[in-house]
Amino acid sequence: MTLRLAGVTVRFGHFAALTDVDLDVADGVRLTVLGPSGAGKSTLLRVVAGLESPVTGSVSWNGRDLRDVPVHERGFGLMFQDYVLFPHRDVAHNVAFGLRMRRDGSAATNARVAEVLEMVGLRGYERRSVTQLSGGEQQRVALARALAPSPRLLMLDEPLGALDRALRQRLLADLRELFSRLALTILYVTHDQEEALALGDRVAVMRAGRVETVLPPVELWRSPPSEWIARFLGFTNLIDADVGTDGVAATAWGSFQLAPAAARRMVDGGRATLLIRPEGIRRDPAGPLVGRVTERTLHGDHTLLRVQLAAGPPLELRSDWLDPPDVGDDIRLAVDPAAISVVDGGDVE
Amino acid sequence: MLLFFVYPVVSILLAGLAPAGQLDLAGALAALARPHIRDVAWFSLWQAVLSTFLTVVLALPAAYLFARFEWPAKRALMALTIVPFVLPTVVVASAWLAVLGPRSALNDFIVGVLGINPSPLRLEYSLAAILIAHIFFNFAVVLRIVSGVWAQLDPRLEEAARVLGASRWRAMTEVTLPLLRPAIASAASIVFLFTFTSFGVILLLGGPRFATIEVEIYRQTTQLLNLQLAASLALVQLAALALLLFAHSRYQARLTVRLRLLPARVTARAPHGRGEWFFVLATLLFMAVLLGVPLLALVERSLAVGNGYGLANYAALFSGGRTVGSFVPPLEAVRNSLGIAALAAAISVTLGLMASAVIAYRRGAVASAFDALLMLPLGTSAVIVGFGFLLSLGRLPVDLRTAPILIPIAHALLALPFVVRAVTPVMRSIDVRLREAAMVLGASPASAWREVDLPLISRAALVGAGFAFAVSLGEFGATVFIARPDTPTMPLAVYRLLGQPGALAFGQAMAMSTLLMVVTASSVLLIDRFRRGTAGQL
Repeated sequence: MTLRLAGVTVRFGHFAALTDVDLDVADGVRLTVLGPSGAGKSTLLRVVAGLESPVTGSVSWNGRDLRDVPVHERGFGLMFQDYVLFPHRDVAHNVAFGLRMRRDGSAATNARVAEVLEMVGLRGYERRSVTQLSGGEQQRVALARALAPSPRLLMLDEPLGALDRALRQRLLADLRELFSRLALTILYVTHDQEEALALGDRVAVMRAGRVETVLPPVELWRSPPSEWIARFLGFTNLIDADVGTDGVAATAWGSFQLAPAAARRMVDGGRATLLIRPEGIRRDPAGPLVGRVTERTLHGDHTLLRVQLAAGPPLELRSDWLDPPDVGDDIRLAVDPAAISVVDGGDVE
Repeated sequence: MLLFFVYPVVSILLAGLAPAGQLDLAGALAALARPHIRDVAWFSLWQAVLSTFLTVVLALPAAYLFARFEWPAKRALMALTIVPFVLPTVVVASAWLAVLGPRSALNDFIVGVLGINPSPLRLEYSLAAILIAHIFFNFAVVLRIVSGVWAQLDPRLEEAARVLGASRWRAMTEVTLPLLRPAIASAASIVFLFTFTSFGVILLLGGPRFATIEVEIYRQTTQLLNLQLAASLALVQLAALALLLFAHSRYQARLTVRLRLLPARVTARAPHGRGEWFFVLATLLFMAVLLGVPLLALVERSLAVGNGYGLANYAALFSGGRTVGSFVPPLEAVRNSLGIAALAAAISVTLGLMASAVIAYRRGAVASAFDALLMLPLGTSAVIVGFGFLLSLGRLPVDLRTAPILIPIAHALLALPFVVRAVTPVMRSIDVRLREAAMVLGASPASAWREVDLPLISRAALVGAGFAFAVSLGEFGATVFIARPDTPTMPLAVYRLLGQPGALAFGQAMAMSTLLMVVTASSVLLIDRFRRGTAGQL
């Protein structure tokens, strides 16, 4: 029960929406696909669903090439970005659609509709018109519609994209719970790193039609494999370094001793780009780095400081939200070696 | 389509252009070069442009009214608006003569009460009379097509514009009207076709001074027996319209924006505030005067007996023995008409849906050409279609001329453009992803179409069916050639009665016209009811 894309390329005219994409999704795995808009994420789902055909490469399920299997015989579920509910049918009709298409009996269909509506928290909504539902309710109907036929693979295209933040947080938790309860195989597309990291067993990062990397979320977060990915994940503390064979990295901010895991990538030394994760930088009156605070932003549970050192780009760090330094203060900083990783250069793992 | 439209028309054209079995293009060109013919062509063009423009401008407020507001008896009124459109042109023309002619109540009033003699109001045989009748005739086309789309347009688009600082008027001109352009262009192209090929109205209200190409074809064929010139004129008309329609369908394909359509019932609301009520009432009053007065004049005349009023004309119509001129009881004409119209509507909608699918789902020149080809029956005179049927179908191995199905087929062909025009814009604007969503859920392409597109376009399809039904009820030009004497339709019966001398025959003709009007209105109302029935399960 494995979905496999091998060398898939999709073109729209001269524009290559997907280029040479390889991807495996094993049974029961939740793969989130993360990338900026225009990276080809939706096209990826459409190719798997059979709504686009690859110019080259293949999409296969359990080793069977799906080239000649039309959309409606693939048995995959797809939840569209803005839901695309059938405006002329009520909630129950929308949810029952897939069941009706495979000619389930009406008793079984009604039971299943009630079951999935219950599952998404919309019990009793059967006769409501879909055009009069709120965004969150529509999202749930779309999810119920995709779930009802028990697809062997469920694809979701930015399912939380159009919703407000509080609702998104709640639905994110609901989705997590639902996915693990149903043990579904999932392909989940989003541009939001928080969603991708929270929901995925593995995260595929896409850029300009290519899959840049596929990693478990923790590894992706700890050690982004490229500067571009690091920046896309929201990291800004990136700096060029000269690394010696002893594992000491010289940068404009100062010299740092690399932790053994990072140093292993640089056994021969050379030029590299370093990432210093902000939570690994702390204020320390005896710290080796000195800088002046140029910006201070309250983020609820912490305050983000931007500090200009003697040289190099500004450094970002988190500080206690209750008693942060003022803009213009000079502060001393220390860096935890475990928070430093090598994102570019050296040997690629 | 090929057998029943192209073949008959081509054969009549050949008969005209190659009188001696040999193509005589030089002769045809010489005939066309006469200044009189140029005048006729020029008049056809500019009066059609003017009529179309006036009809669209006058009907847009009404379309807005019907799309966005809810008020009592709206549906019944909507059904009534189609009545003028389905009346035989002969009846329309005489109804307007009854209102504006020299012996109308209005002129009686001016002469008798105001003492102005002769009355300055002399509209018969004038351009104004032609234009008014054209507007009267085509008002429903614009109203129904445009308000059908307008009613499904998301009002929030307009609201978004208002929030962005647009006045009501600006929101209308910057957002709503551009989005309605495909529908307006559709409606305008139909009106243009009608007025360009206008026949009965020009003949009766224009008098000898005015002639469109269509009228000229009729004169050349029946009075001067110049089949060559008639065929050349028909060719010119066809070519001009083909060109125009091709341009239109290219324009249409470029113009269409994909919209999320909403069910009409959620977009309309009751008017509130003095301004809105004033708009509603003023528009309704205008429609009442434009559309209602001639119809009332018609009814008044059907009831006029001598110096008083009575039902004598109707009584005469139903006392089987005393049917003047027609060979069968008039009731049978009513039955014939209804049966034929139902068949014609069914054929037309089936063909129309298939044709619209081709036009809407395929892009480019082929679809445009196909679109234009489908509109050609409108541009060809019904007279030519009917005459062509008669000439050509006799040569086929099976003699189809007497087949009873022939009339519905002819009517369906003539109605096809309406169905296509009503359905295609809606079909084009359906979000393809709805179909994709259905397919991902296991619907084959065919069932995705049936489940998603069909219900969404059913409203438009039923509007088209209503048109087809109505066109068939009122069709005259083709029917007169192919109907057998013992199976007349209602317009045919009116025509025969009008051909009889005497006040009784005239009264009976008016009574039959009134009946035709009532039957049309009630059948369209029924279709509306049926539509609402299906809407309930949506």
